[in-house]
Amino acid sequence: MIRDPKDLPRYNAAERANHWVTGICFILLALSGLAFFHPAFYPLVQLFGGGAWARIIHPYLGVILGIAFVVMFFRFWQLNLINDADREWLTRVGEMIEGNDHNMPEQGKYNAGQKMVFWSMAVCVSALVISGLLMWRAYFNFPVGIVRLAAVVHAAAATIMILVAIVHVYAAIWTKGTIRAMWYGTVTRAWAKQHHRAWYRQMTGK
Amino acid sequence: MALQSLDIKQRSATTTPAPQARQTMEIAKLIDVSACIGCKACQVACMEWNDVREEVGHNVGVYDNPTDLTENAWTVMRFTEVEENNKLEWLIRKDGCMHCSDPGCLKSCPAPGAIIQYSNGVVDFHQENCIGCGYCVTGCPFNVPRISKKDNKAYKCTLCSDRLAVNQAPACVKACPTGAIEFGSKEDMKDYAGKRIADLKERGYDKAGLYDPPGVGGTHVMYVLHHADRPGLYAGLPENPSISPLVSLWKGATKPLATFALGLAALGSLFHYVIKGPNEVAREIEEEIEKEDAS
Ligand code: HEM
Ligand code: SF4
Repeated sequence: MIRDPKDLPRYNAAERANHWVTGICFILLALSGLAFFHPAFYPLVQLFGGGAWARIIHPYLGVILGIAFVVMFFRFWQLNLINDADREWLTRVGEMIEGNDHNMPEQGKYNAGQKMVFWSMAVCVSALVISGLLMWRAYFNFPVGIVRLAAVVHAAAATIMILVAIVHVYAAIWTKGTIRAMWYGTVTRAWAKQHHRAWYRQMTGK
Repeated sequence: MALQSLDIKQRSATTTPAPQARQTMEIAKLIDVSACIGCKACQVACMEWNDVREEVGHNVGVYDNPTDLTENAWTVMRFTEVEENNKLEWLIRKDGCMHCSDPGCLKSCPAPGAIIQYSNGVVDFHQENCIGCGYCVTGCPFNVPRISKKDNKAYKCTLCSDRLAVNQAPACVKACPTGAIEFGSKEDMKDYAGKRIADLKERGYDKAGLYDPPGVGGTHVMYVLHHADRPGLYAGLPENPSISPLVSLWKGATKPLATFALGLAALGSLFHYVIKGPNEVAREIEEEIEKEDAS
């Protein structure tokens, strides 16, 4: 039974599946990648059946993530263009963090924070895919100077991407009523009215 | 080489002190390029002792055979023809792991215990811990380690660590017919090199010298070169090798700092929730919607 048939559709099944493929790949990539990142994380290789398996699997997952992300990018990029209301939102992000968002500028389907997550992810994934392929010794053997640079870029981009992902996941947990949008695709009208009023107007005509 | 006693100096991807109950004397292999005749007895002895065989390749018009280090060829002779003082000189350098005091391979390796530096200076790969990522290749300033196509493990010269453990000199040293490869304590090898260099200088090679590059803290394989001012002549031996700044950046303080930042973000989120509470949909807005529905 659907609790309220007037809930607003936010993501269709294809969008949700696309996001989950990306998310699962990301988690596995972060866990296997961190294992090589610093000895403190090396025990994570046990999740993958040992160091050699983690090393083998990681780049293939990276390729899947790359493809899934590109598809997702073209689904959502137009909704993530930055406008004036977003600029104001960003200057007042402190109020948001305080949990006091009543007076924040009206936001469309995505608020400026979500848009920043989207674009940072796009930059990080591009950097990770390119540098990752350059480091992939099972298939490639690029000049050592390039591989050294790629290793630095890969480690830096991975750090930033994991940081952004922590913010992304936490924001979804913090803002109650959000996670269901990625489970079964709908949100309540009250949720939309509070957090994304411009999108709420557009969806309901009110 | 898995069997070992406790004379260890460094262990890859390990942040606590390595077992180092016993400290041994630093050793070195001295390769006197001026006395090498290029017979490759050392290459044969290496393959024989270590029981590895490179596939028979093709003649590419030079004496180098095999043409490069491989997972099965841990040492190769590199032949270079140069003209010096209107004379043809045939420079022959036995290439292989230099056993750096500050090894870029070990610094880069993410697998605990896959690379060990013994206190005698030998840098040894322990294939049973190797995961095959190739970071050692990225870290090495001398382009030495090779990843096997068969098992994806990294291989290179062990300096015959198994022979050293039972007081035997490396196989290549034993096989050299001209005494161009000597082995002993690093100090003795430097003394011996001094004599060879004095001799070379007397014979007109006034730039003769020892190759023990300080950029990697010195090496445990050293060369006597007739043209020590231009190591590049010898098939591109690096002039002043050191661990690349990019590798130091990649493996340096940035890693603990990044780890700290990740921990901070995770804990920061947790405590934000605990301190500020969740961002819920206001009761007021829910009532507005209910009212609209009722009307
Ligand atoms: C097409 C995409 C990707 C490819 C081809 C790729 C490839 C690689 C390769 C070859 C390595 C070296 C270890 C190994 O051989 O497994 C590596 C390390 C690593 N990867 Fe990726 N990767 C990709 C995407 C990602 C993503 C999305 C993350 C995000 C979390 C990530 C995080 C890491 C980390 C943290 C390391 C360790 C870096 C270090 O040692 O400093 N990778 N990657
Ligand atoms: S020459 Fe290369 S493989 Fe040998 S110890 Fe130095 S860094 Fe390691």
